[in-house]
Amino acid sequence: MSLVFLLSQAAAPAAQTRIGQPNVVAMAFFFVFIAITLGITYWAARRTRTTEHFYAAGRTISPGQNGFALAGDYMSAASFLGIAGLVSTTGFDGLIYSTGWLVGWPVVLFLIAEPLRNLGKYTFADVVALRLRQTPVRIAAAIGTLATVIFYLIAQMVGAGGLIKLMFGLSYETAIVIVGAAMIAYVLFGGMIATTWVQIVKAVLLLGGAFLLAMLVLARFGFNPAALFRAAAERYGDAVLAPGQLVSNPWDAFSLGLALMFGTAGLPHILMRFYTVPDAKAARTSVFYATGLIGFFYLLTFVLGFGAMVLVGPDAIRAVDRGGNMAAPLLAELIGGTPFLGFIAAVAFATILAVVAGLALAGASALSHDLWVNVVRHGKASGTEELKVARVATVVLGVAAVLFGITFKGQNVAFMVSLAFAIAASANFPALVMAIFWRGFSTAGAVASMLVGTIGTLLLIWLSPTVQVDILRHDSAWFPLKNPALVTIPLSFAVGIVVSLLTSVRSTDAENAQHERRMHMGSAGD
Amino acid sequence: MPNNPGDAASRISALAAARWRIAIILTVAMVLIYFGFIALIAFNRALLAHRLTPGLSVGIVLGALVIVASWLLTWVYVRWANRHYDAALDAIGRDEGAGR
Repeated sequence: MSLVFLLSQAAAPAAQTRIGQPNVVAMAFFFVFIAITLGITYWAARRTRTTEHFYAAGRTISPGQNGFALAGDYMSAASFLGIAGLVSTTGFDGLIYSTGWLVGWPVVLFLIAEPLRNLGKYTFADVVALRLRQTPVRIAAAIGTLATVIFYLIAQMVGAGGLIKLMFGLSYETAIVIVGAAMIAYVLFGGMIATTWVQIVKAVLLLGGAFLLAMLVLARFGFNPAALFRAAAERYGDAVLAPGQLVSNPWDAFSLGLALMFGTAGLPHILMRFYTVPDAKAARTSVFYATGLIGFFYLLTFVLGFGAMVLVGPDAIRAVDRGGNMAAPLLAELIGGTPFLGFIAAVAFATILAVVAGLALAGASALSHDLWVNVVRHGKASGTEELKVARVATVVLGVAAVLFGITFKGQNVAFMVSLAFAIAASANFPALVMAIFWRGFSTAGAVASMLVGTIGTLLLIWLSPTVQVDILRHDSAWFPLKNPALVTIPLSFAVGIVVSLLTSVRSTDAENAQHERRMHMGSAGD
Repeated sequence: MPNNPGDAASRISALAAARWRIAIILTVAMVLIYFGFIALIAFNRALLAHRLTPGLSVGIVLGALVIVASWLLTWVYVRWANRHYDAALDAIGRDEGAGR
């Protein structure tokens, strides 16, 4: 019965979409979101008095709250609009991303979350530098952090400008300035407390909106996902349910998979969230919740993507935006009319805002806590001074993000998200794992590993088909893989191990016992 | 200070080794599951295209199962940590407190 209904729906031409025209409902929802989040920021500002509040929300966030906040930090517009678009235009291939973006979370839980919480204070560099010489390690870690944050930020800002233009009819520059101003306001005044609650509100809205949309799609197929997939295959051929052109080179698939899996465990804005909970057990529980929420969300993208393919149609989706990013909003419009389109558009905007706020806070902590306090001032800055520097750094990063957004207008920046993941996986993750688990890790080994990871990734991305063929339009590229993680992750580990073995200063048994104790029992056990 | 720090240290070492073992086994399991899925995509498309029912290809089912497997592995770890790891840490802390 659903199929008959479906065929009648197919006649709806996409030309009728109101996407791109000023949408009163979208504006209303968006202003409600801004009003609520600024209210939260005002409330949080009065509680943000110390660096511990600013970077770590006073370590008072509960595991459940942090689970939602982690999910909010992680589920970017790329995963909501991008995956739905990819599935709606290519079918199964888009699902490779749905799974790849989740499988890093168990790794975060098994290897990183609890030791990080017990060993560090505000940044992941705290853990890498713990037993090593502060200045060189902090500088190298800050380079890795800032490279990850800036490329992620550029991708988000350019995406934000384009999407908001499409959905609200605002000019690109206006959209970028609004995003930058809101981001600065959240972080500058409300620090981690406001950022955490913005993430929670956003995660609830995104999960709720995606769930509602998916249920409305499934209602047309008797709440049977298989009926939806069958309709897609009947309309667009059996190929949409099987791997297609996206994975033409197996090594590309492995390399991208490695970047997604281990990059998650090296993202500074995610790692920073583990300091906001009271102890290691709370960090553990919060990853468990986050994995559940994020996995649930990616399962919904199966339904949203195929739903948009069947109900809206790939051609109609590409007609609005060549990248397919408007699949979910078009689907919402078709099912719930302009009001639902407005709601989903506002959710997408909120999603972008929340992610850039988390990135700005992580970047500001690298500039103030790692570079200013521990390198420039050799760890002797007062809390008041550190807080002031962190706030200046927030404004600098916010202004930089707006300028980046305007500079890269119209450029192909989609690859910058996978570049950010590749740097996180190759520069931050190996150093973190070795610093936690290997007593032989030396200062020179840590610095060499992080620098080789960052520079190697940037160099190989430059030489890869992603830049040489897709952007510079050359016929071929010197380096064959689109994502370098397959080479740069093992390289970074190897450099860290070899240099450490050559320069290792043997630590005493007492030092090792103390490190082990702190890693498991926290600094209170000292 | 505990009156027998060497004993506590060796108990922590043993616990650290146990946690490391669990962490590595579960990480390797996750890597094998995900890259097994990727390997099938790369090398055995025919299998993934095979239909179990008219709407469900093996590929879609396995994709969903990768997500379910991620949930299960995190659940296994959290259950182990809540039951054994936390209890062992508590016991070490308690014995130290008693020996003070």
